Amino acid sequence: MAKLDVSVAGVKMRNPLVLAAGVRSNYADLLIRAANEGAGAVTSKSCSIEPRPGHPNPTAMIHGQVVMNAIGLSNPGVKEESEQIKKAIKESGVPVIASVFGKNADEFVQAAKLMETAKPAMIELNISCPNVSREGRMFSADPAATEEIVRAVKKAVKLPVSAKLSPNVTDIAEIAVAAKKGGADAITAINCLSGMWIDAYARKPYLANKIGGLSGPGIKPVALRCIYQIRQAVDLPIIGGGGIASGTDAAEMLMAGATAISIGSAVCYRKNAFAEINAELVEFMEKQGYSKVSDIKLE
Amino acid sequence: MLPIKMKVLKAECENEKVTRLVLEAKLDCQPGQFVMVWVPGVDEKPISIAENKPTLEICVANAGPVSEKVSKLKAGDDIYIRGPLGHGFEQKGKKWLMVGGGYGFGPLRFLARVGKDSGKSAEAILGARTKSLLMKKATCDTCFLTNDGSEGKAGTSVDELEARLSAKGAKYDMVFSCGPERMMEAVAKACQKHGVPSQLLVERYMKCGFGVCGHCAMGKWLACIDGPAIYGEEALKNPEFGKAHQDRCGCKKPL
Repeated sequence: MAKLDVSVAGVKMRNPLVLAAGVRSNYADLLIRAANEGAGAVTSKSCSIEPRPGHPNPTAMIHGQVVMNAIGLSNPGVKEESEQIKKAIKESGVPVIASVFGKNADEFVQAAKLMETAKPAMIELNISCPNVSREGRMFSADPAATEEIVRAVKKAVKLPVSAKLSPNVTDIAEIAVAAKKGGADAITAINCLSGMWIDAYARKPYLANKIGGLSGPGIKPVALRCIYQIRQAVDLPIIGGGGIASGTDAAEMLMAGATAISIGSAVCYRKNAFAEINAELVEFMEKQGYSKVSDIKLE
Repeated sequence: MLPIKMKVLKAECENEKVTRLVLEAKLDCQPGQFVMVWVPGVDEKPISIAENKPTLEICVANAGPVSEKVSKLKAGDDIYIRGPLGHGFEQKGKKWLMVGGGYGFGPLRFLARVGKDSGKSAEAILGARTKSLLMKKATCDTCFLTNDGSEGKAGTSVDELEARLSAKGAKYDMVFSCGPERMMEAVAKACQKHGVPSQLLVERYMKCGFGVCGHCAMGKWLACIDGPAIYGEEALKNPEFGKAHQDRCGCKKPL
């Protein structure tokens, strides 16, 4: 029997599928739901020090093989969300990764420290949201800013820290190297591709924010390329995702260099994404003669 | 699923708050499902489908920036519709009772008409605070009530439901309800007490409408894809039903 368990920066997971931040991850009950559906770990929706309403609607659309969103990091603030995370840790039975963000290194540190009191398994730094550029920089576009934020948070908390990177950069490997220099224990990638949808009849961008993040099965080739480049550049564990929606997709992501796999938009494409993708991955491994996940590599 | 541009064929004030819009095309939809109504440059909002014959109809209660704009639309104006979304009512049983409150009557009217077309018997109860908030268009035998007695019977729709469920001989196979959540909670409890199954249409602050953002959760249940229709028995077991919902940030608030 092929074994699915993996370990990411010391965090042991029963299988490699991690619920991605921002996808049905706003409340404890939804994190528990994903765990019940078979996730190996879950990531909470990115939260800031203060509550944020996010952008007005329309905030999302699904069409063919892509999902677009510009939710705008709506969240109830770290105080309320850390209570949700405590409940999720208690009741989900899987590691809970807490995602935080801020407008500068100091806000990241404050949010991470407050979140640490809830005792999640790992802190994920969302330095790559493509949809809030007007309020602050997309830090992961800049190696120096990436290194600064990771270093500041690492100094402030004892938990393992993963930096979530954006594909919307010239050289993602350079950013991964900077995250490692700052002390990151892991890399999560990729955040959404920056995109836009225009309604030709309305003659207007569809999303209220005009620009949004593209995800879904259609972006998988971009994600595989990014994970491959990160893997060539650093030896950190990678939670790799972007358009993964089947067992063979997952195997491809592992071959590109991921240690675990994040699952996001797939929940809209598969009725029971976690259970189905896990089952397909096991079937793939058994047919192809892999006994453990870490054996799945490029030739 | 992209938004579809539709012309408004008819815009009609149903009462002080509610505007009924008849749109130019049909959708492949079921009663209880909803559409996201986009007013470019303003906002987008989930609204229950209120009829689909001969074409799509929605009833919009004037309660915010989108609905205000929508309620001012006239025949010939354009509107953008994304849907149908969610899962609607399960059309089980033969003898149906609709229990509506306030502006929640649109989808029940649609359901009663669809039911009668397929040979079901349908009756309705509709309650509102006062005369000017009643939706008076009906598609089946409807008992109207107002809390202040200004029109129809004086009382609430739950009072009337209780009376009917307790009456001898009245045997309903299914009760369908849409309205304020505390009212639907009372409907579900009354139905449970009398051993009649119920289905309710639950509303939550909605963003994506297709199950990716998670904002519209009621406990582990998502209004947009698991609902908005839910069995009363299941709703009563949900720790947030009738108790908590989320604001735009996602902060939990008491209902």
